[in-house]
Amino acid sequence: MSGLRIAVADGIVISWRNLKRVPRIPELAIFAILQSIMFVLLFAFVFGGAIPLPGGGSYTEFLMPGIFVQTLAFASVTTAIAVADDMTKGLIDRFRSLPMARSAVLSGRTFADIVYNVGLLIVLMLTGLVVGWRVHSSFAEFMYGFLLLLFFTYAMAWIGVYLGLAVQTVEVAQQLGFLVIFPITFLSNAFVPIETLPAPLQPIAEWNPVSALTGATRELFGNPNPYASDSFPGEHPIFMSVVWTIALLAVFMPLAIRKYRAIDR
Amino acid sequence: MIEAEGLVKVYRSRKSEVRALDGVDLDVREGTVLGLLGPNGAGKTTTVRVLTTLLHADAGRATSAGLDVVRDAQAVRRLIGLSGQYAAIDENLTGRENLWMFGRLYQLSSQDAKDRASELLTRFDLEEAADRVAKTYSGGMRRRLDLAAALIGQPQLLFLDEPTTGLDPRSRLGMWDVIRTQVREGATLLLTTQYLEEADELADEIAVVDHGKIIARGTADELKTQVGGERIEVVVHDQSHLERAAQLIAPDGLATIDQHSRRLTIAAEGGAQQLVEVVLRLGEEQIRIDDVGLRRPTLDDVFLALTGHAAETTPGADDVPSATTSEGKGG
Repeated sequence: MSGLRIAVADGIVISWRNLKRVPRIPELAIFAILQSIMFVLLFAFVFGGAIPLPGGGSYTEFLMPGIFVQTLAFASVTTAIAVADDMTKGLIDRFRSLPMARSAVLSGRTFADIVYNVGLLIVLMLTGLVVGWRVHSSFAEFMYGFLLLLFFTYAMAWIGVYLGLAVQTVEVAQQLGFLVIFPITFLSNAFVPIETLPAPLQPIAEWNPVSALTGATRELFGNPNPYASDSFPGEHPIFMSVVWTIALLAVFMPLAIRKYRAIDR
Repeated sequence: MIEAEGLVKVYRSRKSEVRALDGVDLDVREGTVLGLLGPNGAGKTTTVRVLTTLLHADAGRATSAGLDVVRDAQAVRRLIGLSGQYAAIDENLTGRENLWMFGRLYQLSSQDAKDRASELLTRFDLEEAADRVAKTYSGGMRRRLDLAAALIGQPQLLFLDEPTTGLDPRSRLGMWDVIRTQVREGATLLLTTQYLEEADELADEIAVVDHGKIIARGTADELKTQVGGERIEVVVHDQSHLERAAQLIAPDGLATIDQHSRRLTIAAEGGAQQLVEVVLRLGEEQIRIDDVGLRRPTLDDVFLALTGHAAETTPGADDVPSATTSEGKGG
């Protein structure tokens, strides 16, 4: 078999193995979904009334793209935990002692994450439909938005792989979720319009990749997307989210691969 | 099948430097079993990790199954099987799924992997549990599944890193049986252990490791002779009787006396018969004893005899599973 065919075949086996985890530990997926639904309910019905949208529009429709992006950002923590778990359990060593494609452990992992997150995203969209979120754009635009989210998921998966390899313990990986992902998702336009933030924080939120993705998704789904005038990232969210995702991949993919290779040092 | 020359591995951190391997030389001939015997942190696991391509040594060279472990790493992986100290199986897969997955990654076809998995599940007495997730397995079952995973590609050379550490006595005997079967079928094996008894039971030859060096090599009998074979231990009730008891049972004066624990140790070439004589002798002289027994030499005795110090555990080593950046990985 050629090298590429082995790489693909082994990658599929590793993806299969990672996806088996979902039905075997259903709590993981259920809690991820419940957490997102809790955010939907909390913001749509508790805080939503107190958050006025400049230019009007439905808060629920404003909120849902933010929830999508937040959920996908948190998925990187799930990845980090799973990778750290494989490290401590010796599974990564086992894989490395086998005559398999070296790329498969990471390619299989990140591919499985995309599949898992597509499922998560579909459940969230159905939840959104129930609470009143609607898509007002064409099917092509909707698909464009969906693919942007998946592209972002792929970058987040590589961040997760890198963190999992770097911290090596499940507990530390868990803490990272709260210490890093929470502030990043809240310091954005995901839940509130940026102009309601204190002035010094506004530029940070404008340039936050989560804001770019959320803004792009709103635009492509035809949901309200208020942004501060004369802000470049605010006016070009689709462009910015592509740039951000490529940048994150360009940094974290090589970092993760290097970390993985350095295990034998 | 295995040749290693001058393997050195140093773990550095800001505070310390641990020489996990300090010039390890090894050779294992085809069809033989070498037992690497040593305490935690001696360098056993590090040696295995170098020989199985998981870790690059800082100096020295090694071949496994006749191939260089660095240059021909991928070819080496095709010929070896590794069962580590921590049962490295996927807990969320069933036993059968685990073996199928490892078989596929050994580049077997899906059908071959399936057949081989069934065969190994039967052989290792895991048939009944085959379709349960491995999370529900007992420690002994996990180890057997892990060993089965190591055998999935029918390796020419097998590495077993502390295959029975942490197992209860019954599971340990079961594991020994399984390993012995492999040996009978002609497997070449490198096995690490902390127990002299285990090395004795399974290995043709034993290499004793201490502080990253091989400090002795030989058959179990040769090592035991160096240590002095079996010994008799007597604990007297009254400390003042120690000297007198020593004169009675060790007329040549070759007794080790520990005042604090009131313990007296002598060599016992005569085995059980000598033990009977010792007890009778002490009884005649009305020396009260709290404990008496015949003891086989342990790893501690081997170390005491070879190094003059007891087997000590190097902190922070070996108990770190698949440690990669942590310091002091050894064993």
